[in-house]
Amino acid sequence: MSGLSRALSKERLLNPAWWQRTISSLRYALHVIVRPFDGFWDLTHEGRGSMAAANTIVFLMLLTRVLRLQYTSFLFVRVLWAEVNVFVEVLSILLPILIWCVANWSLTTLFEGKGRLRDIYMGTAYALTPYVLIQLPLILLSNVVTVEEGAIYTVLSSISFIWCGFLLVVAMMMIHDYTLGKTAIFMIMSVFGMLVIIFVLLLFFSLISDGIAYFVSLYRELSFRLY
Amino acid sequence: MKNAWRPFGTGKAPRAFCVTLALLLVLLPAVSLAQVGFENQYTYTYDYWGGPVSSPDAYRVKLVVDSASLGLTKPMAVPGSLFVHGDRLYVVDSGNHRILQLKKAGDAFALERSIEGFTDGSSGGTFSSPGDIFVTQQGDYFICDTGNERVLKLDKDLNLLGTITKPLDETFDQRLAFMPLRVVADTTGRAFVLARNVNKGLAKFEADGKFTGFIGAMPVSRSITDQIWRLLSTRAQREQQASLVPTEFDNIYIDKKGFIYSVTTTFQEYDLLWDNARPIRKLNTVGTDILVKNGEYPPIGELTWGTAAGYSGPARFSDITVMDNEVYIALDKIRGRLFAYDGQGRNLWIFGGSGNMAGYFRNAASIEHSGYNLLVLDSLEGSITLFEPTEYGRMIYQATEEYQRGEYSQSADSWNQVLQLNGNYELAYIGVGRALLREERYSEAMQYFKLANDEVNYSKAFQEHRKLWVEDNIAWIFALLVLALVIPLVVGRIRKIRRELQEA
Repeated sequence: MSGLSRALSKERLLNPAWWQRTISSLRYALHVIVRPFDGFWDLTHEGRGSMAAANTIVFLMLLTRVLRLQYTSFLFVRVLWAEVNVFVEVLSILLPILIWCVANWSLTTLFEGKGRLRDIYMGTAYALTPYVLIQLPLILLSNVVTVEEGAIYTVLSSISFIWCGFLLVVAMMMIHDYTLGKTAIFMIMSVFGMLVIIFVLLLFFSLISDGIAYFVSLYRELSFRLY
Repeated sequence: MKNAWRPFGTGKAPRAFCVTLALLLVLLPAVSLAQVGFENQYTYTYDYWGGPVSSPDAYRVKLVVDSASLGLTKPMAVPGSLFVHGDRLYVVDSGNHRILQLKKAGDAFALERSIEGFTDGSSGGTFSSPGDIFVTQQGDYFICDTGNERVLKLDKDLNLLGTITKPLDETFDQRLAFMPLRVVADTTGRAFVLARNVNKGLAKFEADGKFTGFIGAMPVSRSITDQIWRLLSTRAQREQQASLVPTEFDNIYIDKKGFIYSVTTTFQEYDLLWDNARPIRKLNTVGTDILVKNGEYPPIGELTWGTAAGYSGPARFSDITVMDNEVYIALDKIRGRLFAYDGQGRNLWIFGGSGNMAGYFRNAASIEHSGYNLLVLDSLEGSITLFEPTEYGRMIYQATEEYQRGEYSQSADSWNQVLQLNGNYELAYIGVGRALLREERYSEAMQYFKLANDEVNYSKAFQEHRKLWVEDNIAWIFALLVLALVIPLVVGRIRKIRRELQEA
């Protein structure tokens, strides 16, 4: 059974115990963001988090991302709608998160990192909670302030990013059981890892398309000669 | 029959009808739009995002004056400058060492006289490659006699009133020749001379011809690459490099209030975008740049430029003219375009181009205005093109002037008429919005400001709108606040009582 059909299977969705567990793991995100050190440790090591909750947070973040384009006051977010593609908007957030998880796992797993891939994904997702919690109300707030009062918006928006960044660092520390210095080094290394992965992917796609183009042109050439 | 009405039916009569209708659709707008603009001048503006947006024509060609139409025996050779004084037009015909004085005759211009020299008592003199002419309110002439290294002041009968020659002042580099290119004078008779190779600004001469210093010298602009090169080079190399000099002006214009508008073409491309180049400047009496820049982009001409058809780089202005309503129009010599900005520095319209058709130029050298009409001198072609505003262009001026006079509701009406002709004109939305703001119709004003992406005015309207809203709904807000405080208290109390009951 594939992952998606298992996730949406009837037994699971009709099981009240599963719902209860998911909702309590989602509420656990509110605990994690204020007590990150204990929170992230228990998240993976004590099994307090769940993949369903992590996916929900990531989904909410993508939703916030799209909603802010449409509903934030034009004083703060200027959108040239002719240039907007919702899929690109969503993928430009989702793909970096996924590549980050893969790059981070690929490196830390070689250097005594305790986290599995799903732990890293869960930690990253839970660390994004403040973004949803702050940016979603900010969309409403932006519509009731003037440009002079816009500092409130800017400050709150910055706080959400700083908070998320801080949580991400703590999450990596706790999940891999690293020191702060080692975490910092491996986070920077992960960014380079992401670049390598993107490079390899681009190279891969370009080679594949070149390869296909070769056979297509070979077929064309032959079909011209033979007919 | 299912399809009773078929617009593109197979029958003969409907097809004929369709053809007629199509022809009417094509022809009718052509007739009506030609009256209000929409001819062939390719007019555009830049929008909030910095992209060009087509607009109806603000000006149309009324007349092209050239040597043949003036009946000149010797055709114009490299004419350099224009000057309008009342209904007279002066053309500086540098190549023929003369100045042509034209007079408006009906719709056309006719040659009144050719100024080729002056009288000084019993003797006299002629010009050598004159560069510019300026006519004062009293009708006296200032003439840049560039080849003879002097500026002549003549009365209207060409009698010499005074001569300005090379200042024997230590601030003026005595090794340089005094080559006056442009001259303007204020109402007191003080002359400001723009001379070649002088980069200290404009030389100022009192009414009696006495040199009293320079004004408007620009600070040295040193580019980043220059600075890096200087860091890397040795002292000997540094000394060999040409010393960095301040920018020179290319042309000047004095407006009705005595402010000098200048244009310069010596700047780095990348300085334009951060507004460090300031190709257009408005100098006050002490030479400080006081040009108002309230537009989304500074008045630099072209905002995006590519390399195509042999033209590259940004606009380089060769001349500027300022109307009585503070609208100034700068002439780009690279692409032969005219850029108009209002007193707030916001782009009104852009049109023109390079070419041989009427309304296009091969080497746009000088621009002047006469009322709302514009005159552009093409020095290569030796012709002067007279543009008159279309209904669209006139409406823009009318709306601007009405707002300046404080007639806000009339201004809004005019801007609305502009919007009828051009729905993409952001300035008109701001204009309507500002009038609505004055009339305290805040929510409507907000809509207009939002359409124009004007966040500052939007915030002004919104602040008032919000205040009114809060005043109207204060009872509800208060009630909600009270409820928000009371409900948790009540709920907590009930829970406590229930718990106590259970424990008991």
